[in-house]
Amino acid sequence: MAMLEVKDLEVCYGVIRAIKGISFEVNEGEIVTLIGANGAGKTTTMQSVMGLIPIKHGTVTYEGKDITKTPCHKLIGLGMAQVPEGRRVFQELTVYENLLMGAFSRKDKKEIKDDIESIYEKFPRLSERRNQIAGTLSGGEQQMLAMGRAMMSRPKLLMLDEPSMGLSPLLVDQVFDIIKEFHKSGTTILLVEQNAGKSLAISDRAYVLENGEIAFSGTGKELMESEDIKKAYLGG
Amino acid sequence: MSILFDGLSLGAIYALIALGYTMVYGIAKMLNFAHGDIIMVGAYAFYVALISSGHMALGIVVAVIFCTVMGMVVEKVAYKPLRGASPLAVLITAIGVSYLLQSISQLVFGADPKVVTIPSLGTVSLLGASISVSSIITLLIGAVIMAGLTVFVKKTRTGRAMVAVSEDKGAAMLMGINVDKIITITFAIGSALAACASVFYLMQIPSVEPTLGSMPGIKAFTAAVIGGIGSIPGAMIGGVLLGVIEKICLSIPVLSPYTTAVEFSLLIVILLVRPIGILGKKRREKV
Ligand SMILES: Nc1ncnc2c1ncn2[C@@H]1O[C@H](COP(=O)(O)OP(=O)(O)O)[C@@H](O)[C@H]1O
Ligand SMILES: [Mg+2]
Repeated sequence: MAMLEVKDLEVCYGVIRAIKGISFEVNEGEIVTLIGANGAGKTTTMQSVMGLIPIKHGTVTYEGKDITKTPCHKLIGLGMAQVPEGRRVFQELTVYENLLMGAFSRKDKKEIKDDIESIYEKFPRLSERRNQIAGTLSGGEQQMLAMGRAMMSRPKLLMLDEPSMGLSPLLVDQVFDIIKEFHKSGTTILLVEQNAGKSLAISDRAYVLENGEIAFSGTGKELMESEDIKKAYLGG
Repeated sequence: MSILFDGLSLGAIYALIALGYTMVYGIAKMLNFAHGDIIMVGAYAFYVALISSGHMALGIVVAVIFCTVMGMVVEKVAYKPLRGASPLAVLITAIGVSYLLQSISQLVFGADPKVVTIPSLGTVSLLGASISVSSIITLLIGAVIMAGLTVFVKKTRTGRAMVAVSEDKGAAMLMGINVDKIITITFAIGSALAACASVFYLMQIPSVEPTLGSMPGIKAFTAAVIGGIGSIPGAMIGGVLLGVIEKICLSIPVLSPYTTAVEFSLLIVILLVRPIGILGKKRREKV
């Protein structure tokens, strides 16, 4: 049984069908990537899976439980977390308070403190800026904060929506390293990216989204070697 | 001196009401035009409890509880079904709720003002000026309530969740925050503050009628906009500023007939100079 199973998902904005009946799954322990050009429907997919946008048709199942209509806030307690597109850290709160917000669904105060310390260890930049208002952080620091914040709920399934967007190549490498680390520590990953090269390289499997439909799917390696994918997404 | 104290205490009343407007706006992104009428509801609740029991303290408790429940009921029945509807529909609903509350109280209590007999607390002299004790009480309790609210918002889990929801609802949901619950709590707090304000208001003008809430409601809304709607310290500053200006104008014979005009002119001037209000924040639009 897959950890996350999306079946015939259809999502509309008014009369526009943004997602036209897609199916995909993520198994426990995998890194799965959804790649696609701007406007393909990646963010819509991620948000509808998390219950942030209503689903017109189809089902979403997580650990065998139908969560198609479950409100977002309840999913966090079940072990799902998402780093949204554009980071969306709480600008008016400090770095520390943002991390605390990430643990909102938890009650184990002592362990929350420990987890914050281990995030600080992983991200020394955040540690130095723990009492700084998040709105004053650089884009890269905000991305680290958004990722650390999502990990504060101790997710079993972490979804990331274009975490490398707008970052310098050095920071992009760092982001992918962190994703690999999260994965190594036992978190299943669903990644959405335009940066196909880097994401396919770390993926067990991947799906290519085009105009709200899945055009290809396969292992990361298969897709990297496919001529069509090379042409459309890997610049050659 | 006594004018300053009266102004500060009137300002504390406006600030308490303004907080309700600003918190609801910040968190539910709506202008709750029925908020002024919650003051009226609180005043009647206080009046009824006072004449039937004779206890001031009991009256305050009844007013606070009744308003808190009323605020949550209004939110649940009138506004919650409109979550996601156009802002205009919500605004018109709020105006409808305002008329509804006024009409119900007119049915129950009649249109005539009811006199609320609050024992006079007299005056004390401070630095040579005589200052009314009720002003001092209003000011002190108002300050304590506002300090408490500030600490609550900054230091508690629920308070931080309120900040998070006001900034980014979607991101707040992704933290596991139940946004509907936070909105309900916000209405409850705003209404409880309005109930406190209604008692202080009655200490100044001891009479209650169905339209009692309109004027302080509009003044407090003005205060919230002057301070920067959505900002909690802004509502406090705006309220106090407006209260002091009102009392100063009233004390100057040539200006006193134009007091309300002066207050609204201040609003216009501030909005011209700083459209987001004194402490308002420019927000980047989010998708
Ligand atoms: N709030 C919205 N209202 C209407 N259309 C939208 C909205 N958000 C996205 N869309 C449309 O849905 C499609 C998919 O968008 P999105 O999921 O953001 O794509 P991606 O994340 O792959 O760039 C696009 O055509 C976009 O214009
Ligand atoms: Mg996107």
